[in-house]
Amino acid sequence: MIPVLDSFNLPILTLVTLTPAIGALLLSLVDRNNKALFRQGSLMISFLTLLFSLLMVGNFDNSVGTMQLEESHSWIESLGINYHLGVDGISILLVLLTCFTMPFVFMSSWKAIDDRVKEFHIALLLLQTGMVGAFVSLDLILFYLFYEAMLIPMYLIIGIWGGRERVYAALKFFIYTMVGSLMMFLAILYLHQHAGTFDLPLLLERLRTTHLLDTDQQFWLFSAFTLSFAIKVPLFPFHTWLPDAHVEAPTAGSVVLAGVLLKMGTYGLLRFSIPLFHDAAFNLQPVMCWLAVIGIIFGACMALVQNDIKKLIAYSSVSHLGFVVLACFVPNVETITGAILQMVNHGLSTGMLFLMIGIIYERRHTRELADYGGLAKVIPLYTIFFMIAVLSSIGLPGLNGFIGEFLILYGVFKVFPLWGVLASTGVVLGALYMLNMVKKFLFGPLVHDENRNVADLSPREILYLLPFVIMMIWIGLYPAPFINMVKPTLSLYVEMLKS
Amino acid sequence: MDINLLWIPLLPFLGFLINGMLGSRLGTRSVNAIACGLPILSFGLSYAAWSRLLSEGTELHWNGFPWIWIEGLVEIPFALHFDAIAAVMCMVITGVGSLIHLYSIGYMKGDPGYHRYFAYLNLFTAFMLILVLGDNLLLMFIGWEGVGLCSYLLIGFWYEEDANCAAGKKAFIMNRVGDFAFLLGIFLCLAHFGSLDMSTLTDSEMIKTLSAETLTVPLLGSVSVISMIVLLLFIGATGKSAQIPLYVWLPDAMAGPTPVSALIHAATMVTSGVYLCCRLMPLFEAAPAILTVIAGIGACTALLAALIALGQNDIKKVLAYSTVSQLGYMFFAIGVGAFSAAFFHVVTHAFFKALLFLGSGSVIHAMHHEQDMRKMGGLRKQLPFTHLTFLIGTLAIAGVPPLAGFFSKDEILFAGYQQGFLEGVDSAALFWGVSFVTAGMTAFYMIRCVALTFWGESRVDSSLEGKVREPGGWIGFALFMLAIASILGGFLNVPEFLGGHATLGHFTGLHHASNLPEEVVHAAEWKSMFLSLAVAGCGLLLAFYCYGKGHALRKAFTNSGPGKVLGRLSVRKFYVDEFYAAVFVRPLETISHLLFILFDRILIDGILVTGTALMTRSVGNWFRKMQTGFIPGYLLTFGCGVLLLIYMMLSLIQQGGAQ
Amino acid sequence: MFSLPTLLYLSAFLFSVGIYGVLARRNILVVLMSLELMLNAVNIALVSFGRVHALTAFSGEHGGQIFTLMVLAVAAAEASIGLSLLLVIWRRWRSIDLRQLCQLNG
Repeated sequence: MIPVLDSFNLPILTLVTLTPAIGALLLSLVDRNNKALFRQGSLMISFLTLLFSLLMVGNFDNSVGTMQLEESHSWIESLGINYHLGVDGISILLVLLTCFTMPFVFMSSWKAIDDRVKEFHIALLLLQTGMVGAFVSLDLILFYLFYEAMLIPMYLIIGIWGGRERVYAALKFFIYTMVGSLMMFLAILYLHQHAGTFDLPLLLERLRTTHLLDTDQQFWLFSAFTLSFAIKVPLFPFHTWLPDAHVEAPTAGSVVLAGVLLKMGTYGLLRFSIPLFHDAAFNLQPVMCWLAVIGIIFGACMALVQNDIKKLIAYSSVSHLGFVVLACFVPNVETITGAILQMVNHGLSTGMLFLMIGIIYERRHTRELADYGGLAKVIPLYTIFFMIAVLSSIGLPGLNGFIGEFLILYGVFKVFPLWGVLASTGVVLGALYMLNMVKKFLFGPLVHDENRNVADLSPREILYLLPFVIMMIWIGLYPAPFINMVKPTLSLYVEMLKS
Repeated sequence: MDINLLWIPLLPFLGFLINGMLGSRLGTRSVNAIACGLPILSFGLSYAAWSRLLSEGTELHWNGFPWIWIEGLVEIPFALHFDAIAAVMCMVITGVGSLIHLYSIGYMKGDPGYHRYFAYLNLFTAFMLILVLGDNLLLMFIGWEGVGLCSYLLIGFWYEEDANCAAGKKAFIMNRVGDFAFLLGIFLCLAHFGSLDMSTLTDSEMIKTLSAETLTVPLLGSVSVISMIVLLLFIGATGKSAQIPLYVWLPDAMAGPTPVSALIHAATMVTSGVYLCCRLMPLFEAAPAILTVIAGIGACTALLAALIALGQNDIKKVLAYSTVSQLGYMFFAIGVGAFSAAFFHVVTHAFFKALLFLGSGSVIHAMHHEQDMRKMGGLRKQLPFTHLTFLIGTLAIAGVPPLAGFFSKDEILFAGYQQGFLEGVDSAALFWGVSFVTAGMTAFYMIRCVALTFWGESRVDSSLEGKVREPGGWIGFALFMLAIASILGGFLNVPEFLGGHATLGHFTGLHHASNLPEEVVHAAEWKSMFLSLAVAGCGLLLAFYCYGKGHALRKAFTNSGPGKVLGRLSVRKFYVDEFYAAVFVRPLETISHLLFILFDRILIDGILVTGTALMTRSVGNWFRKMQTGFIPGYLLTFGCGVLLLIYMMLSLIQQGGAQ
Repeated sequence: MFSLPTLLYLSAFLFSVGIYGVLARRNILVVLMSLELMLNAVNIALVSFGRVHALTAFSGEHGGQIFTLMVLAVAAAEASIGLSLLLVIWRRWRSIDLRQLCQLNG
């Protein structure tokens, strides 16, 4: 696009990745009683990161499908581990999404977190480094490090600042994801032994040109990688950690979890599992697709019967990400474009929903649907924003959710009509559970007197919700810039899978 | 003058934005001016575009921008197109829409959600115009879902009532079920036509080649691509246009404010299914088998809804079922290939049904939100103007010449007659019979409605005594305009045998000349017209006799066996809601609950997750016993270990030595 | 002069007594003393070997002796830390019986 600041030759990706960590380091030197400084400081740092990520987009060439802005330095030479970063169409939007979400997460925690403010902000900043790092790493070990590094701050965020059952939820989250990632680690080591490198592009090249792995080896390696990512997504039937983690996590934790962390799973499938072991992926396609389709419908059915708002949205995530997994395993340009957009869209809509539930939770300290009802009259502005998020989530045409779902469903339908039809029922069920929730939550008679004096959105809250709404409408009506960014990469990607 | 088509939907949308964001701070006057002014401006623009289309014959087009655009794979632009069908629809939507906006000023006066109401109404107009103007199916789908959204918001406008919200939700979800099929239809179109542009979808060459291709569908066997597309699109239309099996949301939708019922649930939104069929006429005509299904569904819906309408006591419910019934007529017309008649009926129906709804709204307004006709009666004296206009609407829908409904309904019935008897298609003859009977019933239940509301003894609650007054103002103005339209609307498309030129049919290009010799057709037309006049007349007279003068016949019928059964079925709406609840809604909830408890709670969390944790713990418990805390014990173990290691090292060294 | 095997037997005997004391006695003081015994048994073995090697080798090798000094130093350190821990334990629990001091059991 525009070669902004290109002449300076900045290591942009390193900047985007490490700015939050460096910020965390600086903040760790500050006296813990200075709460306002942590809030403002981490907000500034996240905005700075956003700026760097925009710089990254500015220097990103839309017409090229290969890795861009690459940085490669030898790191641990004796083990052959490199510090290798790069972005392409698959990761750039996710990096952008991460950097876009974080400032608003900090803003939302302004009042909600008053205990151990220092640790909280440092944990979130480290989490951001972990997420961005995992999206831009091109070295398996580096990726693994970032991937694991996300786990600890998230574990702490749930376990320390969470709700009543926080320890159980945090432990469940940790063990679930740990089991998966250990498998992946073993697979990475095994892969290194056979292919002799940790470097992803090199590895892809070697696996493609020489048949290093036989079918069995591919199967086991694929399973190990995919298990790890399937837990992260979470794909049915590995999903039960998600509702618990979401319910217990503080707002910021839920937003990051739903907005970005879950995408790590689908991103991993797209980046590692499928291209590295595409024979195995092809053989296991029916299994994975059925799991995804079942997940779509099952998640929706589960969402239908939840009484806890956060749990409901957690299950809706299971359903929505089922679309993405389905798309990953029916790879053509339409589905993968849809998958990437759907990841971004889900991050926006679910992130916003969690932010908004955090807002109401701050005021009423309950998440039970039965404790609400009739709020529309008391907090009209909140209702409008909430409705927009809900409509985006159920895929109303003209808002962002529709674009991703349309492309995925069309792409799948074209190749496998049955799965396309079954997955499309998720759209109907989506409307059903979401509108049920809205009805119980915001509409109907005002039965609880406690709800009579709930305050409407404050300017600060509007300030951090508005960007989400703008993005939803932008992607919904004019997704072309986003599609153009990912298109060249995906053409190459699909070409590579076919060969 | 160059007209940018985008302004037509954009103006009401701006109204929505302004009133939605600033409405609470603007005064009532500014809200009125914006909310009504912008649709009227939009009407002016549509008129300008229409007159240009008439005089120069150029169809306006707005190229817009790429929307979902993946070069070479999926190319869907955001483009608008203004052809004759769209022109007529635009005029109806903005015209009737503006009148209803004006009417709402009187009707909604003093409501706490005043600006919100107008914002929604404007948003609806904008989406409806996108639906009509959209140059491809997916853009149409934006409007399609968007009007559904507005319908949802407006049905649940008084959201403090649980029932209103439930009705809104029901409408949205029923529509979503239809939209599910619509979406699949779009996928099929995109996959086989390679584009969703209206011009491609109606391209006769493409249709011809695709008719030869077949798909294997479970349950249906081998079906041609075109038939499948048409079937799916039609299912989509049954949702929006309230046909069997998805009609049950429309009567519940009457929970919204009455002008909403008039605009959305009678005049415009619900006819969009018919509009879809007309728009894609060549496609539909290429699937004759599906057309028969459409005719059947249309006729059956018309009959069922008319039967239910006979037993309703809520004035709006009668009108709602009457709408369902009239929509059934339109689909019957499409089914027998008379797209022109269907489209004509859309237009006239928009006039007289909006008039009827607004009239009922005027009654409801005057009666302080009483809708039960059993508590009305004799309102003719207090509300003379409303009575007059309502009667005009009633006669129009009953098919009394020369009011609007007469021409359009006659054309529909003749189309059925022609296909059934002149061309000898048995199914069409059967469905014609059904529609024919329904025509009589329509006249009957409408007169019943008028009689119960306006005629006879007053049953008005004593607390309202003397308070019932003609609303006047904008309400009166809107009623007056629509009454004129209902009287004159039929002359848009006077058939040739009555000396007209079928103007509308030719203008929209939906009119087909018959292959049969002209004299035969004209003779049949006369015959058909007399038949339909006769049946409408019978219905009218019977209703006069039952509800106007004596009641003996009515009492005798309702007390007889079949009368009781029929009455009960009609009042309880043939138990369709109960059936759906028992077959779809409740099982889904029960199964979901069961799955949640059995699968997520017990199997995964209980057995697999907690089970693994427990197993680990029990293994740990077993090993725990080794940890005695008695230090000499550890030392002993340590010593044994050292000895073992030494032994192993020694044996290794020995082996090494042996080599 | 004692021969090397005699010295080694003495060393082994003392070591065994030490092991027995460490494993069988309950009193920490006695255990520490037994530990000391074991270390000294090793010392005897080291000096004995050192002596033998110094006599046979041309260049004088004093590794055994040096190592013994090293062990003595470590033993002294160990004894002082052990005894101070012992004192703390006594102050805290008023007992130096190992069977009672088994709070680390699982």
